[in-house]
Amino acid sequence: MLGALLVLLGTTACLAQDLCTDETSEGFKVRLSIKTALGQQAYVWNESEMFLFRATLAFAMRQHFKNNEYNVSSILVCNETQRVSFHFVVLDPSDSTQLIQKTAVEAAVRKSRHRINSAFLLSDGTLEFLQIPPTLATPYSPATPPWLIAFGVVIGAVCAGIIVMLVSSLLGPKKGKGEDDDEEEGGGVGRNGIACDALDGACNGGFSDDDRLTQM
Amino acid sequence: MIDDQDVLTEETPDGESKDTPERPKWNNKVQYLLTCIGFTVGLGSVWRFPYLCQVYGGGAFLIPYLISLVVEGLPLLHMELAIGQRLRMGSIGVWSSMSPYLGGVGVASMLVSLLVGLFYNTIIAWVLWYFFHCFQSPLPWSQCPVNANHTGYVSECELSTPVNYFWYRRTLNITPNIEDSGSLQWWLVLCLATAWCLVYICFIRGIETIGKAIYVTATFPYLVLTIFLVRALTLPGALDGLVYLFSPDWETMKNPKVWLDAATQIFFSLSLAFGGLIAFSSYNPQKNNCERDALIIGCVNIFTSVYAAIPIFAILGFKANADYNDCRNENILTLTNAFSIGDENITLQNYGEWLSHLNASDPTEVASLNLKTCNLQTYLEQSASGTGLAFIVFTEAVIEMPGSQLWAALFFIMLFCLGLSSMFGMLEGILTPLLDLHLVPAWVPKEMLTGLICLFSFTAALIFTLGSGNYWLEIFNSYVGSLPLLIIAFFEMTAVTYVYGIKRFSDDIEWMTGRRPNLYWQITWRLLSPLMLLMVFLAYIVIEAETTPTYNAWNPDFVDFPLHDVQPYPGWVYAITVLLSTIPIIPIPLVASYTLLVFLKKRIMDRHNINPYAK
Repeated sequence: MLGALLVLLGTTACLAQDLCTDETSEGFKVRLSIKTALGQQAYVWNESEMFLFRATLAFAMRQHFKNNEYNVSSILVCNETQRVSFHFVVLDPSDSTQLIQKTAVEAAVRKSRHRINSAFLLSDGTLEFLQIPPTLATPYSPATPPWLIAFGVVIGAVCAGIIVMLVSSLLGPKKGKGEDDDEEEGGGVGRNGIACDALDGACNGGFSDDDRLTQM
Repeated sequence: MIDDQDVLTEETPDGESKDTPERPKWNNKVQYLLTCIGFTVGLGSVWRFPYLCQVYGGGAFLIPYLISLVVEGLPLLHMELAIGQRLRMGSIGVWSSMSPYLGGVGVASMLVSLLVGLFYNTIIAWVLWYFFHCFQSPLPWSQCPVNANHTGYVSECELSTPVNYFWYRRTLNITPNIEDSGSLQWWLVLCLATAWCLVYICFIRGIETIGKAIYVTATFPYLVLTIFLVRALTLPGALDGLVYLFSPDWETMKNPKVWLDAATQIFFSLSLAFGGLIAFSSYNPQKNNCERDALIIGCVNIFTSVYAAIPIFAILGFKANADYNDCRNENILTLTNAFSIGDENITLQNYGEWLSHLNASDPTEVASLNLKTCNLQTYLEQSASGTGLAFIVFTEAVIEMPGSQLWAALFFIMLFCLGLSSMFGMLEGILTPLLDLHLVPAWVPKEMLTGLICLFSFTAALIFTLGSGNYWLEIFNSYVGSLPLLIIAFFEMTAVTYVYGIKRFSDDIEWMTGRRPNLYWQITWRLLSPLMLLMVFLAYIVIEAETTPTYNAWNPDFVDFPLHDVQPYPGWVYAITVLLSTIPIIPIPLVASYTLLVFLKKRIMDRHNINPYAK
């Protein structure tokens, strides 16, 4: 009796395992590049890691279908290579001779892709499900494009500079004229450039250099 | 004789010619030299000379280049500086003083300066656009944007590269051909406005403000080049690039095109015939050693070109090396996946052994993989010049360098400074003649005049912000910035040598510098330089006539995309290119004939009017 049961279980397992082949249309090939991703901290791929993978996939199936019947035993793995790569198929928990449709498995994997990647410390590029396109994350785009901020700073500084220069050139000549008038009123500058006021004695306007009226 | 009308040799007691009161002058000699150096050293030194070196056999190109400098560049340079310093006027005034018939040469210079300034500042606007984008991590030209349903990247970017996509789509938003104008790209308009504002603030009071700005804009590029040099030499693959650049291929010297390109490059590199150098030297005191200035400027220019080529090529070598490694890594990945070998078991070092081992065990499988042949030479030979070098090749190289934001920002600031200092020269080539001829009423302050010039140029340059703007810029670059300058330079040389007279010119130089120009100058001015100019001009015409003008269009719908879609110019565009080449030159015969008419009219009236008192 026990023997018959064992044989029965064995054949079922074999039958189930037969469902996981290279050419199956309902399975996916998975490829991991652990050393590329992690370098020195790469872990060794062994039975336990494979167990984790199957558990993670079962988790993904549960999340997608909201069906808690998926188990590690629902995930069949075959054709493991040194690469590391292998095939997997998902058994229907209610009927172990049926496989879950490819599209359904794909939807489940895409939904939980990030969780699966994180479980193995890998990314979309290093944990590849061939034939499932990766969901690309939207690149972060801030509300104000950064280039506008840089542009605003530069144009603000330049415009301020232009205004300052225009204002200074408008005020400049007036200030200069004011000073000239003061000098002339002060008695003029002597021939050798010394201001009259700085010397002791009286200023003789006859020797000033002021030739506004007598310029040739 | 008409020639007696010029006022060149009168002197006042303090040794300076009487001219308009308070002509602006340089604060010191350093400002003047830096401004001239800044004008001559421009974007071409960075992105044209290294390309020519690469294409024409590396170190061997320096020989035709040096010969061109000695025979053509230095004599013309010395002549322009001496003329401006002696006659103390801008380009129109200088040539009119020599002979009223030659006033058109000055007008031609002014027009060329205006037209070239239009597109040159647009390039600066592009540089600013890239500079504004350096403050993001990751750099925007390093990644493709994702498409609408997040399953992949935008197809245009996927087929070409992220760098190309950023340049052609995000920056230029280029149309598939020149006939399709597209609309004004608002972001480019903003950058163009910024560029013109920056130019205006430096140019606002003429050489007064230029002289201050030049301390930064002329020296900063050298600082950046040195930093890049140090950084680039430590990058892997840099030495490959340098060896490739400088290893001389003496065979190329037999190719006449090399000599033609060397001569044209030295000519355009020294910014001759723009009128800017004449304007700058006109603000000098007359007793200034212009011969030494010319030698300094010429030598610094060639030194800068060579000095810039070194980090550029070190970085290009680094990029070629990175591309080569990427190619090999791709092959490794293909092999690893096909044969399910352990991850990272095949490395760059043992690739050869693995390949032969796999080939021995399963040759059909290996053959079916279509492995790419990776050759470092092919990557090194991918040359680029002009905007392609700066905005595509270099930006791609910068992504691979650690701290890419910093290097990109430094590079674009350097390009900005190089471009800005050249803009000063071109705008002075416009401003000084206008001021000298008193074409502008005296109540208009200089600030308003410079502002109007900048505003007008900005409005005209809006063409280059259209979708097809880049195609128009290429046209302007090829047709305005080349042939007219050669013609103007030829007229300049003839004017000085044969109208003014070399003897009188030598006397002037002796008066200014204290030394008579020696035999080298005499020979080159009288004979060698005009001859070389003529040959370059004729060769240029012949080569232009041979090639049917085509342009490289960026067309995403093209069959062979991402290759460029080579299109011929449509008829109306071709007509415009002819117009652009001839409009700057037209003033020369126009002014000459107008002056002749006036002279003849006066002669006829004098003949009819015998009574000398009846005027």
